[in-house]
This record gives sequence, C-alpha cells and structure tokens, in this order.
Amino acid sequence: MKFETPAGQNPIDQLKVVGRSTDRIDGKYKTTGTAPYAYERHDVVPNQAYGYVLGAGIAKGRLRGMDVAAAWKAPGVLAVLTTLDIPKLGLGKMNTANLFGGAEVQHYHQAIAVVVAETFEQARAASFLIRPDYAPEDGRFDLAAEARSAKPVGADSAEGSGGGPEDRVGDFEGAFAAAAVKLDETYTTPDETHAMLEPHATIAAWQGDRLTLWTSNQMIAWSKGSVAKILGIPPENVRVDSPYIGGGFGAKLFVRADAVIAALAAKAARRPVKLALTRPLIANNTTHRPATIQRIRIGATRDGTITAIAHESTSGNLPEGRPETAVDQTKLLYAGANRLTAMRLARLDLPEGNAMRAPGEAPGLMALEVAMDEMAERLGLDPVAFRVKNDTQVDPGHPERRFSHRDLVGCLRLGAERFGWARRSAKPGQVRDGQWLVGLGVAAGFRNNLLTKSAARVRLDGRGILTVETDMTDIGTGSYTIIAQTVAEMMGVSLDQVVVRLGDSDFPASAGSGGQWGANNATAGVYAACVKLREAVAQRLGVNSADAAFADGEVRAGNRGTPLAQAAAAGELVAEDGIEYGDIAKSHQQSTFAGHFVEVGVDVDTAEVRVRRMLAVCAAGRILNPKSARSQVIGGMTMGVGSALMEELAVDKKRGFFVNHDLATYEVPVHADIPHQEVIFLDEVDPMSSPMKAKGVGELGICGVGAALANAVYNATGVRVRDYPITLDKLLDRLPDAA
Amino acid sequence: MKAFTYERPGTPAEAAAAVARRPGAKFIAGGTNLLDLMKLQIETPTHLVDVNGLGLDRIEPTPEGGLRIGALVRNTDLAADARVRRDYAVLARALLAGASGQLRNQATTAGNLLQRTRCPYFYDTAQPCNKRQPGSGCSAIDGVSRTLAVIGTSDACIATHPGDMAVAMRVLDATVETVDAEGSQRTIPIADFHRLPGDTPHIETALKPGELITAVTLPKPPGGAQVYRKVRDRASYAYALVSVAVVVQPDGTGRVALGAVAHKPWRLEAAEAELPRGARAVTERLLAGAKPTHENAYKLKLAERTLGAALTQARA
Repeated sequence: MKFETPAGQNPIDQLKVVGRSTDRIDGKYKTTGTAPYAYERHDVVPNQAYGYVLGAGIAKGRLRGMDVAAAWKAPGVLAVLTTLDIPKLGLGKMNTANLFGGAEVQHYHQAIAVVVAETFEQARAASFLIRPDYAPEDGRFDLAAEARSAKPVGADSAEGSGGGPEDRVGDFEGAFAAAAVKLDETYTTPDETHAMLEPHATIAAWQGDRLTLWTSNQMIAWSKGSVAKILGIPPENVRVDSPYIGGGFGAKLFVRADAVIAALAAKAARRPVKLALTRPLIANNTTHRPATIQRIRIGATRDGTITAIAHESTSGNLPEGRPETAVDQTKLLYAGANRLTAMRLARLDLPEGNAMRAPGEAPGLMALEVAMDEMAERLGLDPVAFRVKNDTQVDPGHPERRFSHRDLVGCLRLGAERFGWARRSAKPGQVRDGQWLVGLGVAAGFRNNLLTKSAARVRLDGRGILTVETDMTDIGTGSYTIIAQTVAEMMGVSLDQVVVRLGDSDFPASAGSGGQWGANNATAGVYAACVKLREAVAQRLGVNSADAAFADGEVRAGNRGTPLAQAAAAGELVAEDGIEYGDIAKSHQQSTFAGHFVEVGVDVDTAEVRVRRMLAVCAAGRILNPKSARSQVIGGMTMGVGSALMEELAVDKKRGFFVNHDLATYEVPVHADIPHQEVIFLDEVDPMSSPMKAKGVGELGICGVGAALANAVYNATGVRVRDYPITLDKLLDRLPDAA
Repeated sequence: MKAFTYERPGTPAEAAAAVARRPGAKFIAGGTNLLDLMKLQIETPTHLVDVNGLGLDRIEPTPEGGLRIGALVRNTDLAADARVRRDYAVLARALLAGASGQLRNQATTAGNLLQRTRCPYFYDTAQPCNKRQPGSGCSAIDGVSRTLAVIGTSDACIATHPGDMAVAMRVLDATVETVDAEGSQRTIPIADFHRLPGDTPHIETALKPGELITAVTLPKPPGGAQVYRKVRDRASYAYALVSVAVVVQPDGTGRVALGAVAHKPWRLEAAEAELPRGARAVTERLLAGAKPTHENAYKLKLAERTLGAALTQARA
C-alpha cells in the first residue's frame, strides 16, 4: 500500500480497540518469567555450549600474539578462537569499529578472543588463562583537547536527525552582532551508556552452511543483512530471531560482537554456542552516546523575538565514525530569520559512539533548552512565554514546508496550567521547604516523526483466529499489543482472537524499533495487510469489500452477517502487504512535541539534587495505546533524570577507556529518585503520518527533560551549571553558606 | 571464577584452622562482595570455608551493658533489633543507608567490615592496582578519582573503605572479637581494625591469616542524639560520596566519624574537642593534611557542610 496523500476516514477511526488503554498482551509472560530472552532459549536447539568473550586490555595498539595453550587445556574447553586466527572482518550496517578479526586493537575491550566450554563457568575461567601480548600505541582520549582540531562533518544519526557540516539561513553573524539582547554560552554533555537490563546475547547454530541466530536485536532485517556481509555468506542463509528484547535504547540497532562471535564460535566448536556480553564489556565493547561540547548563540529584539540563532556541536569518534547530531532540532524548534547550525568531529580512540535513545535531540535539547531559559531571563520574559512567542508553524529554513501538525504551544500552555507554573518565582533561589531549595523548570521537547516502509502478513484460520507475522520487534515498548489492537480493529474481532508473532527474519520486513518510528510504521504495515485480508475475506464470502463492515466477529453486508471464521472454513486465508510512503514527508515536516516540567529540591547543605515531581504534555498524533505510550514517556523522563543528574561514562584520559563499566559505578535513577510523574497526551491525530494517524512517542519522553531539570536547579539555587551531569560537586562551591 | 573446594566446619576454631591450613583459603559468609569479586577473578580463593552454620548469629547483652553482635547477624536483622534502634540509632541508620533490602538480608556484620573497596580500577583486572596486584601501580591517582579518598592516602593507593556500618561502629567505639587457628581469642578496637594503605594497600585489616571474626561488641549505649547522614549521587542504592556519623550529648560534646573519605572510617578524637566551635572547626582538624585529587577536593567542603547539617539535626 502506497501512502501518498493524507489519510481519510478508515476503520481505525472507530477506536473500538485502538486508542484505548490496554494491558500489554505479553505482560503476563514477562511478569511470570515465561517470556524467553535470547540467552534463555534453551529449547530452540540441543547441545548448546557456552561462549565467553575476552575484551582487549589496552585502548589502542596491536596484538603481537596470544598464548592460548593454558586456556585450551582448561576443564571443559571445546574451542578457543582468537582475533589473530582470522582476518579482520568487514563492517555491518552502521558499525564503525570491527567486531572481530585481525591484530589491530581500535578501542578498549574490543573483542580479542572467545572461549567455548561445556559450562559458562568453565568458559569464563579459561578466558582468564589467555595471555595477550600487546604492542600498545598512544591514542587520543580527551574530547576537550581534541576539539580544537575537530573537522566540520555532515552526517545523519541513523535515527532520522542529521544535516550538513554547516547549514545556514540568512546572515547569522550580522543579525547576532546587531541583536539588542544576546547569549553566547557553551554546554557539555558526557558519554553515556544505554544500560539496558538485558545484555547483548546470542545463541548461534549452524546447519550446514545455514546459520540461525537467536538474539536480542531491534532491527531484524538490518541485522540479517549485516551478519551475512560480516561473515561473507548469502543473506538467505541467515535467520535472525528476536521475539523478546530486554531493552535496547539503540544499543541493539546494529549487529554487535555477541552475534558475530557466537556464529564464529559455533563453527569452531561444531556445536551451538550461546554467549552474552558481560556488563563490563557493554560499556567499552559496544556503542555509547558520545559526549558533546555545544556552543549556542541566540540574538533577540528587546521584546523577545529571536533574530539570530546558532548551535554548533563538537563530538568525537573513531576514524570513520559519525558525529552526534546534536544541532538538528535547532533548525526546526523556533522561528528566527538568521540561523547557523554546524557539527564538528574530533578523532578519538575511545570506543565507538553511536545511536542512543533520541540521538541528536537528547543531548542537543539539554543545551538548547537551557540556553532558551537563560535568554528568557536576560529578556525578563517568562520561559514559557518566550518559547510561545518564538513558535513557528513552518520549517524556518524552508518556509514553504509547513509542519503536518504542531502544537508545542498547546503542550506548554496546558503543562503550565496543570503544573502550577504561575507559582514559580521568576527570581531564583527564593523558595525554601525545610532543608530544600525548591525550583521549577520547563523545556520544550522535540523529536521528528519518521516514515519508513513496513510489511506484515496476516492469517485467518477456520476458528476465526488471526495471526500476524512481521519481523517488527518489541523492545519493551508494547509493539505486540498495538499490533494486536490494529488487527482487532481492522478485522472486527476481540484482542483474544489475535496472535502476534514478531522478530523473526523469516517474516515480512518491518520498520523495526528505533528512532521512535516503530509504532506508527509497523502498525501501518499491519493495517495494509489487514486491508488486503479484508478484500480476500469479502471475496471468499461473496460480498463487496467496500460495503463490508467487520465487527463483533462478523462480516456484515446489507442485512446479512456472516461469521468471519467462515471465510477460512475451506482453508486458511493469508494476506501480506506493507506500507510505503510517497513524498508526503518532503512536502510537510513531521515532528512530535512536548512540554516538560520539573520541580526539584536541592539540599541546602549538601547540594544533593532530588526530583520532586515531573510532568510531560505530549503532542504526538493519535496515541494507539495510552497505557503503553505513557510507560514509554515516563521511561524516557526517567532516563532524562539520569542524563541530567548522574549518568556519565567517566573517561580515563590517559589509559583511554570508560572506567565505571558496571551498574554499581555507572548510576542510573532508582525508584527513590522518581517520586511522581504525570503524562498528558493532547487529543490529536496527524493524517499525514499514516493511515494510523499516529506518530512516535518513545523518544519524545526523554527529549527536553534534562534541560527542564537543569532549569529547575537554577531556579532553586541561582547557580547555573552548564556541564552535565549536574552533580553536587558542581553546585557546592556556589551555594550560599549553609544556615 | 576459579574452581574451588568448599567446606562447612563445625566450630569457629575449626573454621579458623581450616583457612589457616590451606593457602588461598577464605571464609565465606553472605558472599555479597566475595562472589562478585570471584566472578571477576579479583579474588581467586582455592578453598571456601562457609561460616554460616557456626551459630554466630545472635545479638546478646553484655555484662557491661553493651551488645554483642554475632559475626553472622544479617544487616537487616541488626538494623531492626529494638535495642539497636533505641540505644545505637546511628548504627541502625547507617545500616539502612547501605545497599538494598535484598543485599542487607544476605550481608553479615563481619562481612560488612571486610567488604573491599569500590575503586573502579580495583574492579578492572587489565589495569594496574596495588591493592589487587601489589607493585603494579595505582591507576586512580592520576585517573578517575571523584569518589576516592582524600586523607590517609599514600602514593600506592587512594581507595576508600566503601561501607556505612563501619563508620557507625567507629563512632560507637565497637570492638571486634576474633578467634584464630589455635583457638585463641582476642579483641581489636575498631579504630585499629582497618588499616591505612601505606605501601601495602592489599592488607586492609589487622586480621592475621586464618583469624575469624566471631562478634562485634558495642560498649554501653553512649546516649545523646545520634545521626547518620549519607550523601550520594542518587537517592538510594549508591555508595557514599561522604557520610557522617555523630553522637552529640546535651552538653555539646560528642563524637564524629566520616565515611568515604579514607581507607578506613575516619575519626580523630582530638578533633571532637572542637565540636562546640562548629562543623568548620571540627573538619579543619579532622581533615588537616588531606591530599585530595583535583576530582575529589569537593569532599572537604562537602564533609564540612554535611557535618554541619548532622550537628544541626542532632541538636534540634
């Protein structure tokens, strides 16, 4: 099905099932421990052996050799395969560093060997007996030091944001110089790790030259192709299966070492091999969100009209790596005739930087939305009013492009009302509640809505059961449930008549899970398949599909109602189709919007920052399942608290690695950090997004939260911290003397 | 984890003898720290002597009016004990500020005293660390050190003792009771139990090889207002950046110990004479001679302000 013009009325608009808060249909399996994750799929293939991956102990250099004799002799060992045993493997989609093979060490904990044994403990113990002989080389590990030599680079994030090395509209420098009120500040964000609960894990088995990977991956079709390319085998010989995923956040967008090394190890051991990356390896072996240094300049007239806005970001990566696209939202979020955005990339020899939840916007808004707060103060304007004043309904760089639907102003105004924004003291450091200095902060949230093709197959059997098959993934987001809701709505059945099967590369290729594009596109693909199935049903029952109504398990045409199951009485009906998009995203800008509000307390003695309450008001098209969408948004808000207050991969700038590579030292929020969250969805549809009229929301939840929190800390204390995370040591010196 | 043998002896003296007999043997109690370290091969015991079944899990009054806490009393049970809550509130509060409910259910009194540092370099076997591998060097001194020690450090090590319980034990003047392989018993004042790193940061306590902690004894209740204040980057389930244990008497005298600033709970009785002059005077004395890194110098000010808050709370 080609989607080229805005959606008209369609069966989804009935909203009998879609749009209603629905418990996740996979929830009972997850809460009872019966949803098998990759490492737990003991039954898929017999005789599984255990692999254990060894990471390099240097940040850069070469391996002169590796003594594996003791490891081979260790109890239970079936195979030892080292990176020196094979040539350097090719790269999969979006990989920057090589996952295995060859003598070069490009970053710390890059995989250099795998041990296969009868038990996990034997494999792990034997891995400690391997003696690598390194020839270390000097590397570059300090972004601030390398920033001076960073080069302008254009790129996209693989998740929809991006641009040229330098993009200009009008005359930024001239307008900024002439502006009556100006701001020129620099903000930094640290490296972050995804810290999803389920590690990267794979079981690999060969049958002749055919490979099956039971793994944990967000993008099945990408992965199938990447595995084939990396291993040099035909894609049709690769099957990837990933029905349950314990979080990904972008860490599992691409094929990583677990999948590739499990495949190689299974070949070497002539046994199916299962392995998981250990928590310490995840920080340095896999990808992370790169640190940024962001300079923002804003010029405005005295009444608060922005006349000039510039956002420049410098990040680092391995050679051939891409920059963090932190400036992208600044092209679209506010009006202003003169604009400059630029990205620079420094070469670093730290592990590979890549996509993490809302790449680009998440760190970009942490800078931009603090700059807006600072500018509002300079102008003597309320931060909500300043943002409303500079709202735009068109792409400021291309005014002929309107937003398909944009209600940022509605988010901010409703949020201000619900949050009690009017009670905020404009002057910082004024509100005290016992030991707490209390402050309120606001920020806009912004994330693009991406259209990407997605296919599905729907089967109707003689009992009236509908089974959907698509390689779409559920990374904890609720994909199973919204797909079931879509089928139930389209075919006029209840949810318990629908079976959803996901994550298998033998199924039609979907949008996958990334860039908050999964929900809208995957359900639109299922919609397309259902339209085709409705036609097949109508034909089988001898009715005109245009006249047929599908409701209550029946197909009704005129006065006649026939049970849906009867259409498959003579044999299963199968329909396969997908959604593809025309130029609709070119003519109109599709984005999602939020108003984030945060109240914090800052301990007057210790400067500990604790969140007191949070609110997000989101405008993101039709919300397919308010319950699971809310879960996505509060998860994003929680991650935003982490990024603002505690998350930081600490770089050892001499030895070249992320030091705090476990969850005891890389802190993310715990329950006690998140006392109260509220989410409001504006009641809206976006007919330009798809027949579902929905947009993404899973990444919108994090976009802007960190800045709202930072602004609340300023409002509480009068201390502006422009260097994330806002830990107490950055506030302590500047707090007033304790009482 | 290296393969190891395992036994469950019948008495504390047998346990001590079992460890003394076997090079590379270790006691295991709750295992909340040891097992993690074994998985990473930071600890590689060849033999584990399980002391969980030795009956060392009672809290009993002493003739002197104090409490004798068995080595195997779980953190949860100790924090919930009515006598501890009433008479040694600083200890109950310190325990509840540590770890998580699940860990406190498993962690023991003696094991808590023996928990090892959380210096990130200690946890990475590819990096030099004098504590893990004597003579290999210290990565932390010129590396990532924001959470590490500011006083009592050496050129060999700037690790901290990471615990909360021991800080309260220090302010309460606890003593550690032990038995050795010959069955002889001794008591070690808590002040002397943990060592400063010096040139031997791998030797962390006064225990001799094979010596087993049987109990920790608290003297009679100190009275006064007791406060434990733990400062951390998140609201729960995190190690302290700085912690403060205070006992303040109605006449203004009292005791102060700091956590997360040194290789041991940090207390100088001489500094307590400054209590009437306030937190700044106390911490100036207590932290005189501190040698922070540029990343952890904030701890000096944080200690002063946290002590100020704790004193205000104690006097309220």
